[in-house]
Amino acid sequence: MKMSEQSTNKETVDLSKVEKVLEKYKDVRGAVIPILQKTQAEYGFLPEPVIDYIAQSLNMSAEEIIGVTSFYAQFHLKPRGHHIIKVCCGTACHVKNAKALSSKVREKLKININETTEDKLFTFEEVSCVGACGIAPVVMIDEDVHGEISPDKLNDVLDDYKKLGV
Amino acid sequence: MPLENKNKIKQPENETQPVVAVCLGTGGIAAGGDKVFKKFEDEIKKLTLDASVGKRVCRTAKTGCRGLCARDVLVDVTIPGLETLTYERVTVDMVPQIIEEHLIKNTPVNKWLAKEDYHKFHDSQQRLVLANCGIIDPENIDEYIVRGGYTALKKVLETMTQRDVIEEIKKSGLRGRGGGGFPTGEKWASGAKYSADEKFILCNADEGDPGAFMDRSLMEGDPHAVLEGMIIGGYAIDATSGYVYIRAEYPLAVKRLRYAIQQAKERGFLGKNILQSNYSLDIFIKEGAGAFVCGESTALQYSIEGKRGMPRTRPPQSVEAGLWDKPTVLNNVETFGNVPIIINRGADWYSKIGTEKSKGTKIFSLTGKVKNPGLIEVPMGATIRQIVFDIGGGIPKKKKFKAVQIGGPSGGCLPESLLDSPVDFESLLSLGAMMGSGSFVVVDESTCMVDLARFFMNFCASESCGKCPPCRIGTTLMLDILIRITQGQGEESDLEILEQMSDEIKTMSLCGLGQSAPNPVKSTLRYFKDEYIAHIRDKTCPTATCAALHRYEVTSEKCTKCMACVRKCPVKAISGSTKEVAFIDKEKCIKCNLCYEKCNFMAIK
Repeated sequence: MKMSEQSTNKETVDLSKVEKVLEKYKDVRGAVIPILQKTQAEYGFLPEPVIDYIAQSLNMSAEEIIGVTSFYAQFHLKPRGHHIIKVCCGTACHVKNAKALSSKVREKLKININETTEDKLFTFEEVSCVGACGIAPVVMIDEDVHGEISPDKLNDVLDDYKKLGV
Repeated sequence: MPLENKNKIKQPENETQPVVAVCLGTGGIAAGGDKVFKKFEDEIKKLTLDASVGKRVCRTAKTGCRGLCARDVLVDVTIPGLETLTYERVTVDMVPQIIEEHLIKNTPVNKWLAKEDYHKFHDSQQRLVLANCGIIDPENIDEYIVRGGYTALKKVLETMTQRDVIEEIKKSGLRGRGGGGFPTGEKWASGAKYSADEKFILCNADEGDPGAFMDRSLMEGDPHAVLEGMIIGGYAIDATSGYVYIRAEYPLAVKRLRYAIQQAKERGFLGKNILQSNYSLDIFIKEGAGAFVCGESTALQYSIEGKRGMPRTRPPQSVEAGLWDKPTVLNNVETFGNVPIIINRGADWYSKIGTEKSKGTKIFSLTGKVKNPGLIEVPMGATIRQIVFDIGGGIPKKKKFKAVQIGGPSGGCLPESLLDSPVDFESLLSLGAMMGSGSFVVVDESTCMVDLARFFMNFCASESCGKCPPCRIGTTLMLDILIRITQGQGEESDLEILEQMSDEIKTMSLCGLGQSAPNPVKSTLRYFKDEYIAHIRDKTCPTATCAALHRYEVTSEKCTKCMACVRKCPVKAISGSTKEVAFIDKEKCIKCNLCYEKCNFMAIK
């Protein structure tokens, strides 16, 4: 079987990216998690053909790999939006009304937790703690931490991202 | 015990240039620290090029977390020979004036200098482990070395046997800072007993407790101190390699630690034949993937191996068969941070700090409803009052202190009557809380304790790995009961069931997550039972947090007619004036809770 390209019912997935990742980790012990992390960074999520390919290369079953991906919150088996909104729901944020921030996202973008907007611009998640409790409540958008944020300020920040687009 | 002032910020010796140090921890960066730093660099570059402005050569420095994140961006300006001055809430626009007046004319911009409570925040602490945080540039190994870095490692490798190191740590009384408080020296001694072709020293940087960021700040602010402690630990147990297991949610800490490892290797502090001692150690970073349970030692090891992070039964203990079934010693970030201090200053000196059974200092992340939230370090045995009021500056918005939640989802809530209790391993346990990793969340009178218990139980139920039924099913059932109570559907018998389930889950669960999951419920039942009863019997939430029980009525004795709620109401359901107590029209009210949050006088129920 030709390994570099595999097709699913709907789409063809380019496997050269995952090949490179696997090459990099071929001598590393216990590398399943870093491989999945780096692969997800390439594809944005973990497409099924890619998981099959990883399983085959590591001489593991696809079930074992899925077992790992489903255990850890970081892995996603479905495509996600361009920007990831993480509303922190840690203790410090909780007592400073993080709930209102989640409601704001829900109301403004019309999506629920772990859903993606139709234009694929935003995915909305609640996370347990981003460790920036000194500036609670906190919303993380991609890698940027927005501290001491109010629902109104969050509204403006989301507008800025909308303007930026993809 | 009085907290002494030992923390005056000193500038590194031999400094002849003025130094502008910008706080660039996660908090600093979130507040715009990057931009402020860039502006300082640009402006200073521009000015030194122009000789007529002044010949003074300036240096900008990045530092880690200064502790008081709410005042970010914090900027220290040091003119050689003079005391360091700190500016708070610095923005890009303020930079030119600070340079012009302070750096060039030597007249500090007084109006922007940190106020008295910033100094009180610092001066009430005893910063040992955090001594370098916020002072040195964490990406520059030389700054760590100038302040005594890697001297402990040198001393160990040149003058101490492995047994000496273990004895010294034992004598110091150092106990694990990750939660349980197991004596570090004992752990190392049992780790040293087993020999194998491979042995591992692990650093647990999977700081998953919501409300905790001590380890993140230490790794971001002083990564070499953690590495140095880990290398010393590695030497003591004769480890062949080391892993730092760190949360992927901490990108900056990962970056700085990687950088530190590379620099330490270049200088011969790490790698083959460290400082010509014949001892070799490599340290690798493993990023976690988002699972709270991986803070448990056996789960953490499975995760490093690339498996699902589910704890296993013990024995065998990790020191006998841990990572890849080889002898393994696991310590927390802060524990390693203490090690170089003990080696440098001696166990006798170290063991004078703290209480009889809890030695040294402890770092807490002080957050929640407190005026100065931030990262603090106090001697063990400091009282809750000292932490909340002396350092934290008390409760904002004229509200009243209600409780402090110590130890995250494994810890408990302690009420006002216990404000003068000392904070150490034994005292906290006896009161129903736990040191945990050190989250310290202050709660005021507007927080519902039943809802807080529900919050933690929700966390534990969703983070339970699912392996053992007492934890998997037990936490879910307890959560169901708590949700019912917060929705006004609680029954009198629920409290008894909660108590009983707490004990069962505690005794029957496989790992620490399940064993400690009932603690927030147990402690709130112990100290705030009346709130549970109000929810169950009277169907009211005394703090109006639980939306299903809201009444939205104004208590006329408490209303000051300030009209804050009237202005805030988005549907104009509140009428009132400066002469008239506010009134909420229930027909129009959409129960958005904004009026309740806005009211500073707890007048809305």
